[in-house]
Parts: sequence; structure tokens; C-alpha cells
Amino acid sequence: MSHAINLFPPSRELAASAGPAHVAHPAPHGHGGHPASFWSQYIFSTDHKVIGIQYGLTSLSFMLFGFFLMLLMRWQIAHPGMPLPVFGGMLHSVVGGMAPAVKDAAGVVAGYCISPELYNSFGAMHGTIMVFLGVVPLAFAAFGNYVVPLMIGAPDMAFPRLNMASYHSFFLGGVVMLVSFFIPGGAAQAGWTSYSPLATTIPTNGQAFWLTGMVLLITSSLLGAVNFIATVVQLRAPGMTWMRLPFFVWAQFVTAFILLLAFPPLEAAGVLQLMDNLAHTSFFLPTGLAVGGQLADRSGGGSPLLWQHLFWFLGHPEVYVLILPAMGIVAEVIANNTRKPLWGYKSLVYSVLFVGFLSFIVWAHHMYLTGMGQKIATFFQATTMLISIPSVIILTCLLLSLWGGSIRINTPMLFALGFLPMFGIGGLSGLPLGLAATDMYLHDTYYIIAHFHYVVAPGTIFALFAGVYFWFPKLTGRKMNEFWGRAHFWCSFVFMNLVFQPMFFQGIKGMLRRMSDGGVNYSAAHVPGAIAALPGPIMQLNIFILWAAIGLGIAQIPFIVNLFYSIAHGEKVAGNNPWQATTLDWQTPTPPPHGNFEREPVVLHGPYEYSTAGQPADFTPQNVPLVPPVPAPAATPQPAH
Amino acid sequence: MEIPYTIETRPDTGVYNAKLGIWLFLASELMLFGALFSAYILLRVGAAPGLWPHGWLDVRLGAFNTILLALSAITTLLAWAACKVREWGKFKFFHGCTLLLALTFLGVKSYEYHDKLVHYEIQLQDGTFADGHLVEQNATQVVLHGRYVSDERDLYDLRAQKDIQLRELTIDRASIKKMENYAPKHNTFTAIYFTLTGLHALHILGGMCVIFYLWAFGERLWRRDPEHFTNRVEVSGLFWHFVDLVWIFLFPVLYLT
Repeated sequence: MSHAINLFPPSRELAASAGPAHVAHPAPHGHGGHPASFWSQYIFSTDHKVIGIQYGLTSLSFMLFGFFLMLLMRWQIAHPGMPLPVFGGMLHSVVGGMAPAVKDAAGVVAGYCISPELYNSFGAMHGTIMVFLGVVPLAFAAFGNYVVPLMIGAPDMAFPRLNMASYHSFFLGGVVMLVSFFIPGGAAQAGWTSYSPLATTIPTNGQAFWLTGMVLLITSSLLGAVNFIATVVQLRAPGMTWMRLPFFVWAQFVTAFILLLAFPPLEAAGVLQLMDNLAHTSFFLPTGLAVGGQLADRSGGGSPLLWQHLFWFLGHPEVYVLILPAMGIVAEVIANNTRKPLWGYKSLVYSVLFVGFLSFIVWAHHMYLTGMGQKIATFFQATTMLISIPSVIILTCLLLSLWGGSIRINTPMLFALGFLPMFGIGGLSGLPLGLAATDMYLHDTYYIIAHFHYVVAPGTIFALFAGVYFWFPKLTGRKMNEFWGRAHFWCSFVFMNLVFQPMFFQGIKGMLRRMSDGGVNYSAAHVPGAIAALPGPIMQLNIFILWAAIGLGIAQIPFIVNLFYSIAHGEKVAGNNPWQATTLDWQTPTPPPHGNFEREPVVLHGPYEYSTAGQPADFTPQNVPLVPPVPAPAATPQPAH
Repeated sequence: MEIPYTIETRPDTGVYNAKLGIWLFLASELMLFGALFSAYILLRVGAAPGLWPHGWLDVRLGAFNTILLALSAITTLLAWAACKVREWGKFKFFHGCTLLLALTFLGVKSYEYHDKLVHYEIQLQDGTFADGHLVEQNATQVVLHGRYVSDERDLYDLRAQKDIQLRELTIDRASIKKMENYAPKHNTFTAIYFTLTGLHALHILGGMCVIFYLWAFGERLWRRDPEHFTNRVEVSGLFWHFVDLVWIFLFPVLYLT
């Protein structure tokens, strides 16, 4: 029974399963021989698989928390100023006056509502948590850590101790972010983009916490990025040439470069804003800044636009950090379940490289309305249109990979298939935002909320679910429940669309984002006769979206239960390769021991030898030789009839 | 399986893991300082005419610090070379020099910081300015070693003004409208000066910690596996050279322009 939950193989098993190649490990791989303590095995582990699981569980928890913040916000949008049901009292006891009491006609406290300040801090923290503590750590750090070394046939990451430090720095950054909810004045309120001078003039130290947290998270991702690139470059198994890398590894490799080079400018910006907030400098504060009708006691001379440039220099590449690992996961799942090679592997690789490069020169398309100038806008408009080409190539390759395959439908495949149209909607709806003329109208409306959520929520997060269901058997030797997996997929699919589709209409009708009253002040009911006031049905959608979001939350319960229940009670899989996959991650024992492979694998061919003619099975793993084609029998003269 | 190429180089890439790692780290550092230098350029180009300071920093001290770091780059290289030819004593000597040079650098830097923090600009009630180093102050009076100017702009371009006469100024607190030292918040120049050199000094400090660790506690690894130790010296040396290089840019940007 002690082996029922076997996510983290103790190193003693290694000694048993290890071949002669497994002689004494050097220091970072130590703790062989004597039994590992709880601390060294789970908390201070340097094993990439344990760190991957640590990242996975932590980031899933953060995602759940970020989702919960969103639910509270959706309540406030649908019913502004109304007492919050169920959670009102709890919220009040945590944040105090920021969740003020609501009294009924008799003066009795009927409940507690969300103040505009609290709404703002929820908005800022929802974005921050989802992007920097949820999706990126899950997509890049969790899946990357667990899968990439296995896929390239490496025993571990190149720098195991840096890997551990990366997780600890990430965890600490998350703690700093969460702690900021409890300080006087509350968490950061200036949006996840933290535009100056707003971020400096809001009277809360939450912003300083946010910046400190970000510096820790950036450090974490820096260590991770260095580690991933070094691992892929240095630790590929013999025969694993660049063009034999699974597409997932390529996607992670490019992502690591983006993180390596795009995050430091935000770190620089963060340091400067921290100076603005704590040392009272004016890097981002213009001359003559007035706060609350008073001239601010600042030297001035700074530039608010500078913050936006530095922020979006990270902010846009970050979008590709969110999406590229997801595309990698989807590619693996699709190749595996169509039982045929990916269509256009080389196009996929070159496209992902091109996307990585272009992602550095599109950032100012977030800034068309800042008055930075038409010439600059034209340049960034052109690069933005350019970057859609490789993105479309990737999506098209994945779509064409389905053509003519005998598709196995299972939960991972459903999520991967769901990803394609959802990401398609997200990507295509971005085109009007990339063109300055239409962006003037759509900027800062719910249209853009719908757009980027389609990319990240039913897009990336679906791919991440696909990855969880897909690699779960490698971690545990068991499958997650198929019925509840499908229920999870279909409910999520329906509710995701019900949540985000109406926002397109709200946005086109001019409803602005970041309004704590959900647009009531601009509604036709509030200002009758006003031109372009928000009509009643558009306002009604707020209530519809609230219930859809609650439905989406309920739809995640089967997943959570399934995830934990299946660790010990899921259906056992036979063998190490239940999906009959070709990549090296499936050619290891389940779960992979410390050091991963029993002997160093030798890679003999490309990653997607599915249904290759003349082979004994419909899949040929990368370390199994392809049977040479049987020479055609010499043409024998046919007897004449 | 063990992690390969921790010490020996991988034939097809030509590097060992840590060497690739440090180059990647330096690429990221380049983006960090690149962004800060870009911020400097943008802020300076956007400054109001006549309000960007010139000649506020002592070129002699800056040049002296530049020489210190240049010498430390040489000693770092020699320390690595000593490891390559397996001469422990020489390694100790050269990296000892590196540490002393770096320590002197930080000493000079903190003197310069102190010099700025005791330098006050006082705006007087009559609209003129007193500017200089604080000699002493009490509840009623402030004594500066400096000068009076009628236009604040005269305080900005010190390079254009020849033979500035400084003397002891005694100022009544009652006549002071605003008194502020040359701390980061004073203006954009002091802000970027303290931030850039402060981050650089932190890098110096970090590099010193690593080099000191190798210098003081490295002998065990040296005895066991000199090649591994030499790699560590090389990797930390690469970082040190980068930090030197950043100063080579900081010096002209802040002191000479």
C-alpha cells in the first residue's frame, strides 16, 4: 500500500532498479544509499520530476485561487454594491474595511460587499496570479521540468540545484503576492500592467509587495530559462539531433529564450518603479504631476510611457510564453492520438522559431492609444500582422495533422481538439486589435478581455488539461477516470464559451473593462437618452456571465477530485507506454526513477514514427530501430495466360 | 545515469554545462542593463533644456575606479591561467589582488555616495539658492560649504562654469523654503545615477562573494578535481568581466557626458 502513491520514487528504488550505469551520483544527485528524509525528498529535492510536480501542484492551486477572485469580481459586476453571498463575512474578516458592510432599510447589517478599491486589487491580482503564478509556471516550469529531460533522454536538468532554487524563489514570490492582501491598504490596485503614475500614487504599499514578488518570480524564471536551454543544448542523448527533437521540446526551448531575454527589462522597470515607490524618485512620474488636486512633492522629469514600453517589452513576449508550451502539448497529444506523424514538422519548428523572434518586436501594439506617434504605430502594426503568419502556420499544421488519421478519442485528445478552434477564435479576434484604426474603438473594452481569454483560458488552459490527463499515467502508473475526464471537458467547453462569447458583444457595444460597477454608470437605464449608452440586454449579460462562470467553477470539481482520487485508485495501466507513444518520455520505467533511464538511450530516428510502413507495430519509439524496408522481390516473369 | 558534461566539454557544442549557463545568464544580464541604459537615454533625451546636470561627478574618482576594475580583469584572467597550469599559490595571489581591487572600488564608490548625500541644495525664501556640502546644522542654522546662485540652472552645468568659488555659508532656518540633499529623489540624474551604480555595486558584491568563496574555501575541490575547480574560476571570471564591462559603459555615460 505504501507504493500506491508513488509520485516521488525514493532513491532507494533507484539502487534496486539501476543498472551498472547508475553508480554513485555526484553531490546534487546525492542522498543515495541512506533513506531520504521527507524534507530532502519532497521540499529540497533536486530531481526534475519532483520539482515539476511541485510546480504543477502549486500553480494549479494558484490558478484555483485566481479563478475564485474572478468569481467574486463577476458577482460585483453583475450585482454592484450588493452583499456578497456566502463569502461576504469571510472576506470582511480578511480585508476589513475594504469589504464594507451593507445595511438594509432598518439599519441592520445585511452583508458585506466589495468596495471599488477591493475590486481593483482583485483585478490586479487575478491577472498577476493567473499569468505569473498559474499558467506560466504550469505550462513552462511544471510540464517543462517533468517532460523535457525525459524527452531528450537526459538523466536530469543540467543544473539540479538551480532548478530547486528556481522553485523556491517562485514559491516565495507567490507568498509575497498573497501576503499583500493582508497589509493595510491591501494588495496592488493598478492592474496587472501596473501603469505608472497610478501604481505610485495609489496609497497602498501593495504595489511594493507586487514589485518585490515580481522580482522573485523573474529570478525564478531566469534560473529556469537558463536551465532549460542548457539542458536541451547539452544533455540531448546520443543521436538526438535538433531535427529529431519532439515539437514540445522545441516549443519549450523557444519559450525559455523568450523568458531569458524578455523578463530582464521588466525587472529593470520593476527596480525603477520600486525606487519611485520607496525612494520617491520620478522615473515614471512626469513634471507637474497632481494627485488629489495637490501638486505631488516629486522632482518630476520622468516618463510614464517609459514604463509602458518596458512593461510590454516583457508583456507581449509573455503571451507567447503562455501559448507556445500549450501548442507543444497539443502537438504531442495529436500526433499520438492520430497515430500518424505531425503534418509539416519542419514548418512547425521554423514557425515557432520565427514566432519567438518576432515576439520581441510587436510590443507597442498595446500602446496605440498612448500618443506615441503614428509612425511607431505603423511599424508595430506591420510586425503584428507578420507574427500572425507563423501562428497560423502552426495552427494549420496541427489541424492538417488530423487529416486521414484514425483518431483515438480520449480525454487528452478531446482537450487538444478543443484547443484548436478556441485558440483560433482567440487569434482571429486579435486581428482587429492589432490594427491601430480598429483598436482605437475596441481598446480597453470587454472585447479585448474576451480576445485574450480565448487565447489563454479555453486555449492554453485546455492544452494544459490535455497535458495533465496525458502524462498522468507516466507519473503514477494509473489513468485518470475517462468518464469524469470527458464530463470535465464538455462542461468546461460549454461554460468557457458561455463566459467569454458574450464579452465580445459587450465590448463591441462599448462596455469598458476595469469598471467596478460593471458599466452601470454608462447604461441606458442610468442615463436615459444618452448616445451609445449601454442597452439593457448588454447589461443583462453580466448576470448571464456570472452564472456561466459559476458553472465553469463547478465543472472543475470533477477534475480536482479525479486528479487526487486517481493517484491511488485510478485504473492501472499496463506497461510503461500506455498511449503507445514514440517519444523517449514513454520509454522509461513508470514512474521514472532517479536518473530517469536504466541506460543511456540512443536515438535512431525522428520523433513521430507512427504507422510507418513495414514496422511490427503502428509506433516505433525513437530508441527502437526502424525495420529496414524489405527489398521488393525480384520481378518474376508472369506465366502467360 | 549521471548528468554528463558537468566538467568535460561536449564535443559537438564545445562547452561544458556551466559555461553555457553563465553565457545565457550574461545574455539576460545584458537585457537587464540594456533596458536600464535605454531608460537613461529616454529620460535624458526627454529632459527639459538646461536641466540635465553636467560635471556633478568627480571624473578623477571615476577614472581611478575604472583603472581598478581594469586591473581586476587582468588579475582574474591571471588567476584562471594559474589554475590552468595548476599553480595554486599564484591563483591565491592573483585572486587575492582581485578581491582587494574590488574592495577598494566599493570603498571609493561609497565615498562618492556619501559625498552626494551630504550635498544639499537649499531653496531660500527670496527665490535664490544655496548649494554645497553640509558642514553642520542645528535647530536655527544650517552651515554649508558652497555658494549662492540666483538661478537654479546655474547648479546644473558645472562644466561650463570655470573657477567656482566655494565658501562657508551660514543660513537661518527661517529663510529656508526647501532643503534637499542629492539623494535619488533629488532629480532624474541622481535617481538614475544611484540606481545604475547601485545595481552595479550589487553585482560587484555578488561577484566578490563568489570569488571569495573560491579563494577561501576552494582548496578541497582543487585537491580532488583541479579541472572542476578551474571551470568554476572560469565561470566566475566570465561574470566578473561582464561586471567590468558594464562599468566601462557607466563611466562615460555618467561621468564624462
